[in-house]
Amino acid sequence: MTAPPLPTAAPPDADVPPDRLLTLPDPLPPCTRDELLALYRQMVLLRRVEELAAKAYTQRRILGFCHLYIGQESVAVGAAAATSDDYWIAAYREHGHAMAKGVSARAVMAELFGKVTGCSKGQGGSMHIYDRDVRFMGGHGIVGGHVPLANGVAWAARARGEDRVCVCFFGDGAANQGPFFEALCLAELYKLPVVFICENNFYAMGTPLHRQSAVTDMSLRARGVGMTREQLDGWDVEHVRQRVAAARRHALSGQGPVLLEIVTYRYRGHSMSDPAKYRPEGELEARKEKSDPLQLTRRALAEVHGVDAATLDALVAEVDAEAQDAWDFAEQSPIPDPTQLYDYVYAPQRTSMLADTPLPSSRPRET
Amino acid sequence: MAVLAIREALRRALREELLRDPSVFLMGEEVAHYNGAYKVSQGLLEEFGDRRIVDTPISEAGFAGLGIGAAMAGMRPVIEFMTWNFSLVAFDQVINSAAKLYQMSGGQYHVPIVFRGPNGAAENLGSQHSTSVDSLYAHFPGLKVVTYCDPHDAYGLLKSAIRDDNPVCFLESELTYGQKGEVPDHEFLVPLGRARVRRAGTDLTLVSWGKQAMQAEAAAERLAAEGVSVEVIDLRSLRPLDHETLFSSVCRTGRCVVLHEGYLFAGVGAEIAARVQEACFDWLQAPVLRVTSRDVNQPYASNLEKLVMPDTDRIVAAAHRALGRPTPAADRAPAATGA
Repeated sequence: MTAPPLPTAAPPDADVPPDRLLTLPDPLPPCTRDELLALYRQMVLLRRVEELAAKAYTQRRILGFCHLYIGQESVAVGAAAATSDDYWIAAYREHGHAMAKGVSARAVMAELFGKVTGCSKGQGGSMHIYDRDVRFMGGHGIVGGHVPLANGVAWAARARGEDRVCVCFFGDGAANQGPFFEALCLAELYKLPVVFICENNFYAMGTPLHRQSAVTDMSLRARGVGMTREQLDGWDVEHVRQRVAAARRHALSGQGPVLLEIVTYRYRGHSMSDPAKYRPEGELEARKEKSDPLQLTRRALAEVHGVDAATLDALVAEVDAEAQDAWDFAEQSPIPDPTQLYDYVYAPQRTSMLADTPLPSSRPRET
Repeated sequence: MAVLAIREALRRALREELLRDPSVFLMGEEVAHYNGAYKVSQGLLEEFGDRRIVDTPISEAGFAGLGIGAAMAGMRPVIEFMTWNFSLVAFDQVINSAAKLYQMSGGQYHVPIVFRGPNGAAENLGSQHSTSVDSLYAHFPGLKVVTYCDPHDAYGLLKSAIRDDNPVCFLESELTYGQKGEVPDHEFLVPLGRARVRRAGTDLTLVSWGKQAMQAEAAAERLAAEGVSVEVIDLRSLRPLDHETLFSSVCRTGRCVVLHEGYLFAGVGAEIAARVQEACFDWLQAPVLRVTSRDVNQPYASNLEKLVMPDTDRIVAAAHRALGRPTPAADRAPAATGA
């Protein structure tokens, strides 16, 4: 009888998994003029709504914690252009993600104002924006805590045979949190259709990247679990769109999830109460000058697509009006009725609690 | 009527719900190929395959979170913690996500998930494997907390928990997986939030749940020999709490002792005592007393461990005190916090 080979420690370097870089080429045709205009419009909307949110915060119309997305717009908008029908889950700097995914500026602003017309009926607030209709699954306030949930959403989508991924957004700070690492391990183990997007804006609250992590290429977090990865600059919305589309294609092919680290920069403090005095002098100005996503796209529209300044200005004016309309809507909306206080503690029973009641369909429920 | 061990009753419930609803799946450490650390899921992998009976790495936060996300997206996961002690590394997932999502989303995302596994002390498992988590999870609105003491309820409650549209923490016990009892052959559900009067009585209400409910019955038996008629209530659900059964019993007997395995300080017994005195003050003949684990982390040595756990002597002594009877010195608890 031959003894089976015994488990043994691998010789040095023999067991190092290959570095799986995302090698798929850009899968989409380049943006047309109209497509790029639409992306530009969306980015301007995100910025204008956030600027109004900042103003409303100083007027105490928005309370609590409020984390603004200004500077990072190209990430959410570019990703949305590649995954408009997929599931999204995000952290607490998510006003922009929600709008990019299709939640109306009105519903977001009303939620920030704590009004019953908000997308979470005033129960959620800035950090807890949800919209089932556009598959936007929050809105989560514990850094890194939501990353494991993305695996479950993808699990459900795959179990139903849907052609959808779950896109999970988080920051560089979350990439130091335990559940993030666990989620990466499980996602690759089960080959789940997840696109993890680490938006590296270089600051976890006030701590710069090099003081939070000995490895500052956050995409390298994928290597130890054998996950496909890519690090990319996020300033160019078209580039983000292409690489997220490539990651989506990879994740749906059954070859496992992808970790994208998208390099970006936030212009404001961590939250509205943070004056962001920890940045080196001139860093913010240099970023704005060199890599502002809105300016870059505006330039591309003018130089590549020949869009004239009047057209762009008209578009911006239209977006200004839409953002102001969101403010007006939020301001005029009613606050939640106190009788609704307990309405959402427990979900009412929607399925049968009677014995011997088979489900009407043999397929899992659609969401 | 079949006689089943609790692990068999739980397995039957799981199997029936897996057959009934394709959105149900079981996930946890060693649930599939190993057939379950306590053999609850024995044979299920063979029948349902590895997409529905799913082994995980040792990664409670990771797979509890996966279950929650799947539940948000329309599945009905059953997440097994090998013991509830290990749920503490997934506490954020259960509390900040499962319990709060329905409300945070303004009613858009409900989370039909069951977290299950053995709770409380077994024997000689030491400090970190002997925690009762009842009061930790019962503290939070949005969660349901359910437990059983016999195979009948284990089966009927687990089926209800799986069908429930809210997150349910389902508390089992290592020591009673082999305990046998009758379970009707036909399918039935035991509703959540309904207590069970295990023994009717007139002099004192003894409230408990989980495996301690069996100990309560043993104590009631001993007290009956002294001529004391004890009503034993198994709450079965800590959230929602069956106030009606509890209060109507205490108002009849005028005396109440709460027995549980968790600690005295801020334990579930404190909540029950408070509610009983708020609602039944005018009917009470004596203070509401609690018999609980002593206020010390679980030691390993058998003799010390026995001192920590509630036992029949302490229950009887508490009943005597509630009844205003002198307690024989031998029955008196060693000097320590708690009844």
